[in-house]
Amino acid sequence: MRLLISLLILVCSAGVLPAMQQQVTGVIESHPGKPRVAVPDFRGSGGAAPLMNTFNTTVLNDLQASPLINYVPKTLYPLQVPQQPSDLIPGVAPSTARTVTPQGNRLTDWSLPPVSTNFLGIGYGGENKGQLVVFGWFYSAAPTMPSIQQAQVFGKIYTATLDQTGAIDAGHRYAADILAQFGGKSLVGTKIVFVSDRSGHKEIWTMNWDGSDQKQLTHYNSISTFPSVSPDGRRVAFTSYVAGYPALYIFSLDTGRKLPFYNQRASMNAFVSFTPDSKQIVFSSTAAGGAPQIYMSNVDGSNLHRITSSGAIEVEPKINPKTGNDMVDVSGRSGFPQIYHMNMEGADVRRLTAGTGEATNPAWNPDGDHIAFAWTRGFEPGNYNIFVMDVSSQQVTQLTANEGRNENPSWAPDGAHIVYASKRGRQSQIWVMNADGTGKHPLTEAGSNEKPVWVNAEQ
Amino acid sequence: MTNRRVSLTAAAALLLVMSAACHKKTPPPPPPPPPPPQAPAKPTINYFNAEPSTINSGQPASLRWSVSDANNIQIEGIGQVSPDGRRAVYPTSTTTYHLTASNAGGSSEADATVTVSTPPPPEAPAKAPSQTPAEILASQVQDLHFDYDKSDIRPADQATLQSDATALKTIFAQDPSFAVTIEGHCDERGSAEYNLALGDRRATATKDALMAMGIPADKLKTISYGKERPLCTDATEECYARNRRAHFSAAQ
Repeated sequence: MRLLISLLILVCSAGVLPAMQQQVTGVIESHPGKPRVAVPDFRGSGGAAPLMNTFNTTVLNDLQASPLINYVPKTLYPLQVPQQPSDLIPGVAPSTARTVTPQGNRLTDWSLPPVSTNFLGIGYGGENKGQLVVFGWFYSAAPTMPSIQQAQVFGKIYTATLDQTGAIDAGHRYAADILAQFGGKSLVGTKIVFVSDRSGHKEIWTMNWDGSDQKQLTHYNSISTFPSVSPDGRRVAFTSYVAGYPALYIFSLDTGRKLPFYNQRASMNAFVSFTPDSKQIVFSSTAAGGAPQIYMSNVDGSNLHRITSSGAIEVEPKINPKTGNDMVDVSGRSGFPQIYHMNMEGADVRRLTAGTGEATNPAWNPDGDHIAFAWTRGFEPGNYNIFVMDVSSQQVTQLTANEGRNENPSWAPDGAHIVYASKRGRQSQIWVMNADGTGKHPLTEAGSNEKPVWVNAEQ
Repeated sequence: MTNRRVSLTAAAALLLVMSAACHKKTPPPPPPPPPPPQAPAKPTINYFNAEPSTINSGQPASLRWSVSDANNIQIEGIGQVSPDGRRAVYPTSTTTYHLTASNAGGSSEADATVTVSTPPPPEAPAKAPSQTPAEILASQVQDLHFDYDKSDIRPADQATLQSDATALKTIFAQDPSFAVTIEGHCDERGSAEYNLALGDRRATATKDALMAMGIPADKLKTISYGKERPLCTDATEECYARNRRAHFSAAQ
C-alpha cells in the first residue's frame, strides 16, 4: 500500500511538477480575464496538404491580434491533436494514464493545466472536386459540459479555391467565426475605399480588407479625393474637380454609379461624414463666403443648414458613430490646426489636442470613446504620426514613429485594426496595423495610394 | 482735182446762161473766185503700238510705228523718227508714248501705252501687335506669395498686387467679357484637407484686395487647389515658399 501511494505520488508529481513549472513561466495573458482559446494546427490530405501551413498561420495571426480573447500558445498543447468530433472521447484521463503531457483526445486534456483553455478549435483540410474544403469545429472545454455534443459551439465547412489565396480566405473565415462568439465583428466582407493615382489621375478605388481585388471606382480623369463612407456600407462620398472646382459627389458602392447630390453654390464643398443611420451628412463648405464652416444636409444635399460660425477654417467633421450626438473636427481657431470636440449644434466646444504642432485627420473608433489622428507633435511641420486618444481623458498613445509620414487613419469595424497611409520617399502606400501599433504591413504598391477609409460590410 | 475743175467750170457756165436767160437787165455777176489752192492731206499713221504692252519694271518694250505722207514724225520723249521704225524703251512706270506726224496738210497723232506692272511694295515692318488679354495675363500678372499657414497679403507683396491690379484693369478694358480665376495653393507640409481650405482663404484674400482696388467682383473667380498642384516637389524652404501662392489664370 505504501509502495502504491509512493508510486502514485511519484507519478503525480512527475505529471504535475512540470506542469506547474510551465504554468509559472508559460502563459502571458495579454488580455487578463478574457476567454482562453486554443486552436492547434489543422492537417490536410491530398491537394490540401501543402496549403494548411498558410491556413494555420492565418488563423493564428487573426486570433493573436484580437483583444477579445487570449490565444493559448501551441507550446502548451498536447502531442495528440484530435481532428474531428469522433476523435474526442469523454471524461477525464485517468491519472495513471497521464504521461508528461496529456494525450489530447479528451476535452479535459485541454481544459486542465497546463493548457487550461476555455475553448478548443479542431478540424482538418481536404480536397474535394478541385476545391479546398476545411472542416472546422469549436468546442467549449469547460469541464461542466455534460457531453461532447453539447460542448460543441459550432461546426462548419469552409470551401475555398485550392490555392494559397483560398487557404488565407478559409483561415480568415474560421477565425472570424471564432471571434464572433466573443462579440468580435468579423472583417470578412469589409472593404477599404482609398485614393490612387496609378491610372494617371487621382481617382477613388476600392479593395477588400486584406488588400485583394483592387478596383477603380471613378474615371473622372481629374482630381478626385477625400473619400468617406456611410455606416451602412452603401455610399461613398468624395470631392472632385471634374466640374472645374472642388464639389461633392456621392456614389453607390452597390452599383458603382453616381447618386443625385445637389452642391450648394460655394468655392469648396468637401469632407463628408454620415450620421449613424446613414441618412444625413455633415461637411465643410464655403457656402457663406469666408472660411469653410461645417454644414449639415440630407444625403442628397437638400435641407442644408449651418452648424459652425467660428470665422476660422473648420474642416474634417466626424460624427460619433456610436451616439450620433457629438462630433469632432479640425479647426484653425487657435492658430495651427487642432482637433476639437463639439455637439451637433456646434456648441460645447472643447479642444482635444494639446495645441502643439498640427493635429488633423481625426477618425472615431466604433466604440465612440477613442479617436485616431495624425499629429506632428514635437516634430517639424509635415512630420505626421498616428496617435490614438481616449476622448474623455485626452490621454494619447503614439502608434507610429520613424517610419515615414503617416496620416489618414481609419478604424476597422472590429475596433482592433487601423488602416492608414504611410509616405516613405516620393510615394504613399496604404498600410494596416493592429490597434496597438503592432503587425504593420502594406496593402498597396502600385502608384501612390492614400486616404483609406474602412467600410463596414453591407447591411 | 481735175473733176473739180470740170464741175466748177460747168457750174460757172450754167450760172452765166441762167443769169443771161432770167435777168436781161442786170449785168452778169462777176465770175466766182477761183477755189483756194488745195491743201495737201494730213499724214496717215498706219500703226503705232508697243510690244509687249505690259512689262515688269526693268524689262524693255518695243515701240513700232509706220507713218505715211509725213515730213515730220516725232515721238514724245524720243524725238524725231523715221516714218517706219521700232525703238526699245525701258519705262519704269506705266508710260503713254505720243507720236505726232505732220505735213503741210496738218498733223496726225497716235498713242501707245506701255503698262509697267509694279512688284508689290516691300512690306512695311510689322508694327508690334498690342498684347491680347491672355498674353497680358501670362506676362504681366504675377503670383502673390504667403507665409506658412497664413492667407493675409504680406507688405512685401503690395507692389506686386498694385501692378497686377493695373494689368488686370487693362485686360478688362480691352475685353469686357474676360474674367480671371485666382488659384490658391499651399506647400506640401500641411494636411491635404486643411490645405484645401487654406488655399481657398488665399484666393479669397487676393480677390478681396483686388476688389478694394476697384476691380469688380464678377471679373474675379476663386478656386483652391490645396497642395494638389505644386510647382516643385523638393523638400526645401525655397520650394515650399514658391508653392505658397495665389496664381492668376483665364476663367473657363
